[in-house]
Amino acid sequence: MRSTVNKTEPIDFSQSPKVDKVGVEERVARFQTRSLKGASKLQGLKLALNMIDLTTLEGKDTPNKVRQMCYKAEHLHDSHPGLPTVAAVCVYPSMVKVARESLRNPEVKIASVSTAFPSGQADLNIKLTDTKLALDNGADEIDMVISRGKFLSGEYNFVFDEIAAIKEACGKSRLKVILETGELVTLDNVRKASDIAIYAGADFIKTSTGKIQPAATMQVTYTMLMAIKDYYDKTGIMIGMKPAGGISNAKLALHNLVMVNETLGGKWLTNEWFRFGASSLANDVLMQIVKQETGIYQSTDYFSID
Amino acid sequence: MAKNKKTEGIEWNYSSSLEGTSHIQLQKKYDLFIGGKFVKPHSGKYFDTINPATGEVLAAIAQADETDVDKAVKAARKAYNEIWKNMSGKERGKYLFRIARLIQDRAREFAVIETLDAGKTIRESRDVDVPLVANHFFYYAGWADKLEYAFPNRKVESLGVAGQIIPWNFPLLMAAWKIAPALACGNTVVLKPAETTPLTALKLAELIRDAGLPDGVVNIVTGYGDTGEAIVRHEDVDKVAFTGSTPVGKRIHEIAMEMGKKCTLELGGKSANIILDDAPIDQAVEGIVNGIFFNQGHVCCAGSRLFVQENVADIVVRKLKDRMQSLIVGNPLDKNTDIGAINSEKQLKTIHQYIQLGVEEGAELYQPECRVPANGFYCRPTLFTNVAQSSRIAQEEIFGPVLTIQTFRTVDEVIQKANNSPYGLAAGVWSDKGSRLFNLTSKLNAGVVWGNTYNRFDPSSPFGGFKESGYGREGGLHGLSAYLK
Repeated sequence: MRSTVNKTEPIDFSQSPKVDKVGVEERVARFQTRSLKGASKLQGLKLALNMIDLTTLEGKDTPNKVRQMCYKAEHLHDSHPGLPTVAAVCVYPSMVKVARESLRNPEVKIASVSTAFPSGQADLNIKLTDTKLALDNGADEIDMVISRGKFLSGEYNFVFDEIAAIKEACGKSRLKVILETGELVTLDNVRKASDIAIYAGADFIKTSTGKIQPAATMQVTYTMLMAIKDYYDKTGIMIGMKPAGGISNAKLALHNLVMVNETLGGKWLTNEWFRFGASSLANDVLMQIVKQETGIYQSTDYFSID
Repeated sequence: MAKNKKTEGIEWNYSSSLEGTSHIQLQKKYDLFIGGKFVKPHSGKYFDTINPATGEVLAAIAQADETDVDKAVKAARKAYNEIWKNMSGKERGKYLFRIARLIQDRAREFAVIETLDAGKTIRESRDVDVPLVANHFFYYAGWADKLEYAFPNRKVESLGVAGQIIPWNFPLLMAAWKIAPALACGNTVVLKPAETTPLTALKLAELIRDAGLPDGVVNIVTGYGDTGEAIVRHEDVDKVAFTGSTPVGKRIHEIAMEMGKKCTLELGGKSANIILDDAPIDQAVEGIVNGIFFNQGHVCCAGSRLFVQENVADIVVRKLKDRMQSLIVGNPLDKNTDIGAINSEKQLKTIHQYIQLGVEEGAELYQPECRVPANGFYCRPTLFTNVAQSSRIAQEEIFGPVLTIQTFRTVDEVIQKANNSPYGLAAGVWSDKGSRLFNLTSKLNAGVVWGNTYNRFDPSSPFGGFKESGYGREGGLHGLSAYLK
């Protein structure tokens, strides 16, 4: 457990380190040229599978859909033994109870979005009630959104205080802070928002809601990883990272893992510190694992779509 | 238990991912390419070219003497007088376009052979060298029929026979830099590749023959320094172009001046890479790595002198050391290798001597704990802190993966220090502020100055140095004018 707010030193978030977009693009391209084969590829694929937050966040979600997804979370592809489960399921607060009742394996966590997801356009009291509802229903983790409007108008203290308040409401549950980087636009802003979230008490920082494009580009994720790295170098405290939205195939997931491996190191290569927010990623990873282990490349019809 | 295991994370190493070599064709023996044909050397002598990553012999290479050089120059003169001089620019351009396209067709083969012969990583030869080679031919192919537009109000005329001598750090790319503009302007050439890396130039000779280029327009003679000297001294060579070390360059300059030849020299460097305190630090660190460890530091414009503003020095050095830990040194044919093999045993010795010297001079050495293959010529990426302007390791060109780090307080101080070098080839400046960048770049005495990037090359951008880094420019329009009267 980390303390809610780092009160020891005042921080001017407008002075966050600058980010050069062209340089980031070049750096990211290097991760994409890493060639993964054989055992290291299989290891990476299984790791990716185990880091997925299997997600459904739609207005049309029904209890049955959530039940089916929870079953899938624990039984990814039973005809192929030796597979891990996903890390968590991610649902709206109203569906947390259903998920709690459906899940059998304590290794699979329940993450719930809250704070008037996805826009965050609500009063703090509503956000706190939203969060409390999710926790009372049995959520292990909270995925909150920041107030992007306030951030963009330069009210960094407001954003900071809001995150700190939600963190306090979370108690021992882990808090992921969604920056919605597609609305922040520049990498300088992404870095600034990452620093605010981390210093305000986030356990994880997360790129996107999945409702806005672009979402988890590697450039954005890299920028956030460097914020985590700088904080770790300074304090020794680890912060988790969750790219969400747009990572829909195994190759992209592996590139992301390579990036984590070469920036933060192997310490972060566990679902305690790195997650993928995705819905369709799991099946593509499964397909690649089956291909690696059996040599047969099956069609999508051989993998369940829950 | 499971929980505990999770927190520790994992060690994830990449399995080896070797680029295949089955598709390349190498002969056991290569002769001289003169007058459109491969001919045996007059002396009958051959020397071996080896793979520096393993020490194995790749092929035997013909050693040209004065007689062979004379033959090559005569073939070039004949082709110049009878065909090339009078051919329309449009037709010359067609040949160059054809060469460019053939290089793209055979890109993979060229990349693999370059890696085998030079020790550079397949990632670089595949993603940097070979694409740039094709781009150079494309670029100058486009100029061939537009020379009068390139130089308005001037009657452009070719020079004649160009003698060209190239180094071993970018064997094929340097051949392209030399051959493409010379041919576009209507000259014919006699080119000598370096003795440790002749293979891609000879493969290029095969390609040029396949492209149907008229016999004798391009001649490639292999050998050591004496072969090069024979080219420079040949009285029917009108122009000398040399890329290589400063001592050899000075000698070539003397001969060329005595004989009244046109000459361009692209020589050594000890280039400054300057990090200002408002720079985007993480990207600057990448730039430092790219500046000095690209191509094992075998780059004439390598950013080998790092200047970091005092107030960010600690963080930059810490991040740099950290970044160096993730560099993979190993078999250059492995697609994941970041730093390949040192080009030759001789060069490795030189680098080791300099590292030893740095320690003796009292500088603080840092090398990451990376594994290095037991066979072949390898050197860990190295940096020295606690370096003075008067340290020899900060003054002399090492031509290897060795970086010296100095700090500075004010911009005036760093300008003075950066310019305080017998060389003046390149420099890099890192800052978030455009005005600071331009202020510095206009005051640095270097042929190329990069802003917030390093080691970036483009055919349309001229390249060359001041002072002991040579004279004349290659690339862009400047590169054309070096081959015109």
